[in-house]
Amino acid sequence: MFENLDLTKLIFGRLTWDAIPFHDPIILATFAVVAVGGVAMLVALTRYKLWGYLWTEWFTSIDHKKIGIMYIILGLVMLLRGFADAIMMRLQQAFAFGDNMGYLPPDHYDQIFTAHGVIMIFFVAMPLVTGIMNYLIPLQIGTRDVAFPFLNNFSFWMTAGGAALMMVSLFVGEFAKTGWLAYPPLSGILQSPGVGVDYYIWSLQIAGVGTLLSGINLLVTIVKMRAPGMSLMKMPVFTWTSLCTNVLIVAAFPVLTAVLGMLTLDRYLGTAFFTNDMGGNAMMYVNLIWIWGHPEVYILILPVFGIFSEIVATYSRKPLFGYTSMVYATVVITVLSYLVWLHHFFTMGSGASVNSFFGITTMIISIPTGAKIFNWLFTMFRGRIKFDVPMLWTLGFMVTFVIGGMTGVLLAVPPVDFVLHNSLFLIAHFHNVIIGGVLFGLFAGITYWFPKATGYKLDEFWGKLSFWFWLIGFYFAFMPLYVLGLMGVTRRVSHFEDQSLQIWFQIAAFGAVLIAVGIAAFLIQLIVSFRRREALADETGDPWDGRTLEWSTSSPPPPYNFAFTPRVHDLDAWWQMKQHGFKRPESGFIPIHMPKGTWAGIVLSAISVACGFALIWHMWLAAAVTFVALIGTAIYHTFNYDRDYYIPAEEVERIEAERTKVLANV
Amino acid sequence: MQIFKYLRGVSLTLLVAALLSGCDAVVMSPSGDVAVQQRDLLVWSTILMLLVIVPVIVLTLWFAWRYRASNTEATYKPDWTHSTVLELVIWAVPLLIIIALGAMTWVYTHKLDPYRPLDRIDANTPIPADLEPLTVEVVALDWKWLFIYPEQGIATVNELAAPVDQPIRFKITASTMMNSFFIPAMAGQIYAMAGMETKLHGVINEPGVYQGFSANYSGAGYSHMKFQFHGLSEADFQAWVDKNKASGNTLSREVYKALEVPSIKDPVKRYASVDPTLYHAILNRCVDPGTVCMEDMMYHSGHGKQEADAAEGHDAHAGHDAHGGHHE
Repeated sequence: MFENLDLTKLIFGRLTWDAIPFHDPIILATFAVVAVGGVAMLVALTRYKLWGYLWTEWFTSIDHKKIGIMYIILGLVMLLRGFADAIMMRLQQAFAFGDNMGYLPPDHYDQIFTAHGVIMIFFVAMPLVTGIMNYLIPLQIGTRDVAFPFLNNFSFWMTAGGAALMMVSLFVGEFAKTGWLAYPPLSGILQSPGVGVDYYIWSLQIAGVGTLLSGINLLVTIVKMRAPGMSLMKMPVFTWTSLCTNVLIVAAFPVLTAVLGMLTLDRYLGTAFFTNDMGGNAMMYVNLIWIWGHPEVYILILPVFGIFSEIVATYSRKPLFGYTSMVYATVVITVLSYLVWLHHFFTMGSGASVNSFFGITTMIISIPTGAKIFNWLFTMFRGRIKFDVPMLWTLGFMVTFVIGGMTGVLLAVPPVDFVLHNSLFLIAHFHNVIIGGVLFGLFAGITYWFPKATGYKLDEFWGKLSFWFWLIGFYFAFMPLYVLGLMGVTRRVSHFEDQSLQIWFQIAAFGAVLIAVGIAAFLIQLIVSFRRREALADETGDPWDGRTLEWSTSSPPPPYNFAFTPRVHDLDAWWQMKQHGFKRPESGFIPIHMPKGTWAGIVLSAISVACGFALIWHMWLAAAVTFVALIGTAIYHTFNYDRDYYIPAEEVERIEAERTKVLANV
Repeated sequence: MQIFKYLRGVSLTLLVAALLSGCDAVVMSPSGDVAVQQRDLLVWSTILMLLVIVPVIVLTLWFAWRYRASNTEATYKPDWTHSTVLELVIWAVPLLIIIALGAMTWVYTHKLDPYRPLDRIDANTPIPADLEPLTVEVVALDWKWLFIYPEQGIATVNELAAPVDQPIRFKITASTMMNSFFIPAMAGQIYAMAGMETKLHGVINEPGVYQGFSANYSGAGYSHMKFQFHGLSEADFQAWVDKNKASGNTLSREVYKALEVPSIKDPVKRYASVDPTLYHAILNRCVDPGTVCMEDMMYHSGHGKQEADAAEGHDAHAGHDAHGGHHE
């Protein structure tokens, strides 16, 4: 039975030295930089003896605040990688005209635009959104942690594991050359026999587990763990939009898992779900992936709408105008987001009635969205507006987003879509709403809640600089793409003949450089603020005179968030407490029951990544071993009964007394 | 703050200027009646939406300025959170615009359905009773375009031609990858998919040479998957057909198998004659001798073997149609 056994093949699968891209100087240089940086970091961590601290205080922590911060760090790190891809594309398209083929062969360029899309959606926008939700939801609803604290840690590590596996593809093998949604037949085994699509599949499957579990976790947290008195219609708007987002996650992500699972079966076991022959049909894949994909867009934008709602109310020093209609608008968008997916492929040959139906449902979404914009507008009306950095992002968003909304509705008119589909007009549109909406909102949110998480505010100067470079850079980078779209230029093209297009690509490249300055200013802002943390310190816990419960705790909040569970009587609970002369309780503390950190999340994720890697390279032995180890570890972890502890009353009293002292000095 | 506002004003002006200068762009000034109507719809939809977009942008900037914290003269109403009248207005305005746009969408999506035969040559000319559309069978190969003219019995690679003011009926399929057949000057695009047939009706109203290409990413050769579309007078078109006939090449199944092999930047190829069953075989994925055609395979599983054997040789069944439930 074993005489034909090829041991090398059994262990290493199709992994050989050829998988290392020695031939590509760009990748080699990148690898050198990453390797040197990585080694330097490891040395620093060892030298300053930080491993123990990181392990016990962060990696194994199940505190929702720390997990939220780790999500945000992951998102920001991946933003740098995703943006590096963006600037490489901009450079290529600015030069590759006529005889000049640019510096990227199609083989490399195609990987870059695929990786850019995958990273920006799955490993930048999603972790940042999830991170902010993770950090804030328990604080806003007045509870001490999420419903399933261990699951939260596990979810984070699975997301990080997916990102890590995707990064490995840069140096070992290749990434998919299929576009970020990997449509078959191009992503099928016949047309893409390499490991690229497999890296795509397994990174997303591993990260997808994290996203789905985190969705369930936050959904249950909001539904079951709100402070007494906080009925649904007294929840902060951000919590409302997060609730809707997590409903979308729970309903949509299993579809992604299933459709990628079927693609996996097609590629690994020779089934014929999406193949050209044997009765498969690629149109099913396109439908299924967009049934996940369109709600995904709202998964990203809804929490951000919540962030803007909080910010616009705080900085206008007024409650949000039309809270109720804001909530209903959010719910309507949630439901409608499932009825529009076909607008991503009007050009696939559906009948006129089907296309009209999906075009019109798409337009209907703009009604509640428009109502939201008006609500923010009338929150500003007769307010006292302070132009702090979060408010600048909000204003930049309101102006920019409506333009993106307009071009989106244009694309929803099927006959118009027939001439603009897959064009750079489409690219301009979705960057218009994702940068002008999601990203602006995330930066606004990070700046707004930064003092809550760290105890000091972000430096204003660098924050404003970052904002203006992003805003102006955005217009320079993407307005030319609208024009190019109207000139009939399509996406994903690595070389052009028509010289008259070049100037537009050069303007776009200039815009990308401005955005690079914006990103740099943001990073400098983090460093400058850290060095000036004494001067920027927030000792009140409520630096912006906020309205919701997270501002009632100290900055940063104690591990238990609230010494006593707050009681909620009104919308804008903290504002009302302040109005009614709320006094912090200073005695009568009782021990607080808290969950304990665990190694299981990071270990399970590491085994999952190893298993994914083995599957990608067809290392069947390793795949089997890691899979068994994964199941075994999960079962072993269920026997860990040491899962909770009490913070003694004296400890709570000590922490609270310290805060009393600090508050007295403010 | 002043300076930043000014900067934003400048960038918005630049934006408008950029968009205006884009008016000579092909999508904005096409040469075929279908694309002209699509352009008009684009312009009208934009104008309709600007009715609400412009006021929103202006109000945003105006409110931000008017109610800045330093302006203590402005009214401050810290408890004002609700106004039924305003709420009605802010839901009604987008609603009305979407009703108008939705009605336009319904009508024009049907009118400009790519599967619907044209009913006019241009805005002023209905189709003459005796004018038959020109049929072209389009096959997206990796990475080039094959055009078969069944009525003329010719075929070309990477070059398309048609007489001006004659409706063209495209039947579109692909060998492997999903591509999108797009001549922006003539009409909107439609996907080309293997084993399936999509349809497109268009007309070109002005003589000239236009760009055609794939608008759906399909792999390594995608960037160069382009062709030229010649809008010709009746006589020039005949001359073009004769030129192809003079080439003497035959597009048989064997020649097609060689042509189908992936290649990039192929020169124009001309065929004087074409195997008349070729397009049907490509569509049904049975170019190789001995393979069962898709329509027969489906027939097989639906009706049992004997009946299928009896039906062998018939090729009257429609291929696997991407356009579910739609009738011409």
